[in-house]
Amino acid sequence: MTSKRTRVEFVLASLVVIFFSLAPVVWIVSLSFKAGDDIDNKRFWPTHWSWDNYRTVFHTDLFTSALRNSIGIALIATVVAVVLATFAAYAIARLDFPAGKFVLTLVLVVSMFPAISIATPLFNLWRSIGLYDTWLGLIIPYLSLTLPICIWTLAAFFRQIPRQLEQAAAVDGATPWQAFRLVIAPLATPGMFTTAIIAFFIAWNDFVFGITLTSTNRARPVPAALAFFSGASQFQQPTAAISAAAVVVTIPVVVLVLIFQRRIVSGLTAGAVKG
Amino acid sequence: MTTISVRHLCKRYGKGFLAVDDVNLEINDGEFVVLVGPSGSGKSTVLRMIVGLEDITSGDLCIGGERVNEKPPRDRDLSMVFQNYALYPHLTVYENIAFPLRLHKVANDDIDKQVRSTASMLQLTELLDRKPANLSGGQQQRVAMGRALIRKAKAFLFDEPLSNLDAKLRVQMRTEISRLQKKLGMTTIYVTHDQTEAMTLGDRVVLLRLGKLQQVGTPRELYEKPVNMFVAGFLGSPQINFLPADVNADHLRLPFCDVPLDPAHPPAKLSGKDLVIVGLRPEHLLDATKLDDQHRSHGVTFKAKVDVTEWLGDEQVVYLPYEAPERFHKQLAELQKELDSESDRTQLIVELDSTTPIQESEEIELWFDPGNLLFFDPETTENVTLGRELEEPAQAKTA
Amino acid sequence: MATLAPAQPLAQTRPQLSSRIKSERRLGWLLSAPAVIALLAVTAYPIINAAYLSLFNYRLTSPGERSFIWFKNYQVILTDRLWWGDFGTTVLITVVTVTAELVLGFALAMMMKKAIVGRNFLRTAILVPYAVITVVSAYAWKYAFASDSGFINPLFGTAQDWFGARGSALFVICLSEIWKTTPFMALVLLAGLAQVPDELDQAAMVDGATLWQRLRRVTLPNMEGAIVVALLFRAIDGFRIFDNVFIMTAGAQGTETVSILAYRQTISRAQIGLGSALSVLLFASVALICFGFIKLFRIDPARVRGG
Repeated sequence: MTSKRTRVEFVLASLVVIFFSLAPVVWIVSLSFKAGDDIDNKRFWPTHWSWDNYRTVFHTDLFTSALRNSIGIALIATVVAVVLATFAAYAIARLDFPAGKFVLTLVLVVSMFPAISIATPLFNLWRSIGLYDTWLGLIIPYLSLTLPICIWTLAAFFRQIPRQLEQAAAVDGATPWQAFRLVIAPLATPGMFTTAIIAFFIAWNDFVFGITLTSTNRARPVPAALAFFSGASQFQQPTAAISAAAVVVTIPVVVLVLIFQRRIVSGLTAGAVKG
Repeated sequence: MTTISVRHLCKRYGKGFLAVDDVNLEINDGEFVVLVGPSGSGKSTVLRMIVGLEDITSGDLCIGGERVNEKPPRDRDLSMVFQNYALYPHLTVYENIAFPLRLHKVANDDIDKQVRSTASMLQLTELLDRKPANLSGGQQQRVAMGRALIRKAKAFLFDEPLSNLDAKLRVQMRTEISRLQKKLGMTTIYVTHDQTEAMTLGDRVVLLRLGKLQQVGTPRELYEKPVNMFVAGFLGSPQINFLPADVNADHLRLPFCDVPLDPAHPPAKLSGKDLVIVGLRPEHLLDATKLDDQHRSHGVTFKAKVDVTEWLGDEQVVYLPYEAPERFHKQLAELQKELDSESDRTQLIVELDSTTPIQESEEIELWFDPGNLLFFDPETTENVTLGRELEEPAQAKTA
Repeated sequence: MATLAPAQPLAQTRPQLSSRIKSERRLGWLLSAPAVIALLAVTAYPIINAAYLSLFNYRLTSPGERSFIWFKNYQVILTDRLWWGDFGTTVLITVVTVTAELVLGFALAMMMKKAIVGRNFLRTAILVPYAVITVVSAYAWKYAFASDSGFINPLFGTAQDWFGARGSALFVICLSEIWKTTPFMALVLLAGLAQVPDELDQAAMVDGATLWQRLRRVTLPNMEGAIVVALLFRAIDGFRIFDNVFIMTAGAQGTETVSILAYRQTISRAQIGLGSALSVLLFASVALICFGFIKLFRIDPARVRGG
């Protein structure tokens, strides 16, 4: 179905989509190059391009440490979430485990509770047991944000793998653990990638826990740090500085997406595993 | 010496549904046993209970004299080829075949040797580096067999391995499997719904119906001495003809003709019955015009009108419809459903050689020897033919 | 050797759970326990705590005056016009954004699947908004639409005070939310789309169906599972919208959502009792949506299990 007209239509549609997807991002970039009061210039592009904001950003300890925190915390939280979710999803989707239905519902219900309402009690609790303003103090709540969607997504992926493969492995002499390690897990990798990306973004994006459970550069992640930027000066809008920070922060993520999008999309479109 | 012994095997599902009902079977070392039956007969369930993928509700399963009901599949030392082959899609053909050996921590050199020899036996040597997705159906099936063979297990189980192949390939693979089994002498349990496979492959055939054993024996025994209508109808293609017959003192009235009876030497247990169902295989009817008078006198001749003919090159199949009482119609329809077939026409199917030109809507003259008739009790569907009974094991020197 | 089916009585064994099933169940618990524990560790205490505190008249600044008032907090909230106003706003935003995201997400999923030209670039571009931090995107949209310093007004020749009126403010909020989360929908729908066998679509083409007909009668019905999951998760998330609104308007001009209200009560006004009650109500609302979905679409969590 690749007639000339379809190609042209597709290219046009693509351009529209790309434009709307990236325009706001370009806007942020443009903002980041506007120095001082230039942000009020009512125009899309800066009047004159300036690296001022980037200088500010990189000289602020607030920001560089926030970046370090965010990357570290999000990565660790992602790895832990994917591992735990994989085990749980496997149990739910493949084993004779009737309580699995209960686990899925429990996980879903728990995920519905508003984050702010979790953050405040945790604030008190963390303070008393010394997890306040620490990496671990954020990783644990991030698990509550990421586990539900990870478990549900991975369970759906595991379901697609034909049952006969495990049975064949069992007959060939594999223990359930060997069957999982050597047969199922390798086939579920596309699912794990998708889940990992979603988990990473959820952790990366978090705002509420970040502002509630941290107070210093020790553990403050980027979104919370950006909010603190706002408090820098009452008169000069820190908008542009925030934008510069945002650009710096978004670049590695965009790179990540670029690298992994092939994996994710092909994993999703590979459809049922042939066997 | 590995015998597999199945005693009073039952499988009950949640709501009391009995999928396998009291199945008994002794499989001897080196034997090729075929479990056959229509869908829902429980044949796959029995196989899966033997290999350990289904729990045994009650009964005993013994492999090599040892009761193995509780053992997981990996400890039973059995191999299985699945219907959809169940090849590991992320591994190459080489790794698929090597998989069982890797699990048992066999040394790499050893693995290499064994994989290559198995591959060459199955003509897979050029395909060792490919992944299953790049193989044809027949090739995938051979890989599945390689994976099963390499362990040299106590017995070799097949779960409808040929159903996904096209007709020609099926015939080829059938002979390959047979050849392989004879060469290696492996005890084999083979499940299929195809009666041709059952007849051609099995040393013994086990026919199941709705979870119950119908008959166990050599293909010939089941074909010539079926214990009931179901067995008679299941084996044989085209299917056996069932005809209603009114029983009179000295003759049977069939839809097309009368068959004389000798009251002193009845061909079956007919006493007290006024209706009996007669079975006549399509190949036992011959074109009367081709026979000389002497031959003719030893049988029954009749004329009938042809509805449809199918000319197959080496033979032709002729269909001759007839009217039958309503009750018979219903019974026939029920039997057909059980045999996984849809037809509920009452018609006589005749298999003749291809040289006679037969026209549709014309009348032909047919002949048969009443000695080839099988008699079935209309209520119990049991085979009541005399002189064609199954002999007791002690005297069995099969026909 | 030929035997007829013997008529012998069934052995009198009671069907017991085989050790295989028992060990599988044990393994199942073992494997899901870590995840469940991790989840409950974080959420159990706050949820119970919130439910408990919601029964009190508790102001953090005067803890001594804390008193047990049964469900009075709930009564106050449910009879307050502000609550219902915010509830309505939240519902409006949720419905608008989820609907738009579903439609756009589906279109994007189709494009990602059948990408003909510039696959990698297109797919990356589609996923990028999801990668941008919500707070950042909120700021970006805010400054673009700012009536005195943004570029939208000059660009379109309008002089609208976007954040000055409820309707227009909601419009910008929804726009920002849709831009940000459509990629997530697109991903989930892509997974569902990929599971529809091509043959079905081709058969429909041969039967003479137009693209629209094929979508409606072949593709969409076969994607029901993915669509429902996407809708469910988005609705649950969308109802709790916070970041965008907080940054853009802080809830002013009638754009306050239920989450913001809860935040205000709990953090800004230190009304722990009321704030907790609000959290519980928010939780209940979302739970209602969720179970409504399950009932309506008959989702069976057990269907997620292998078949």
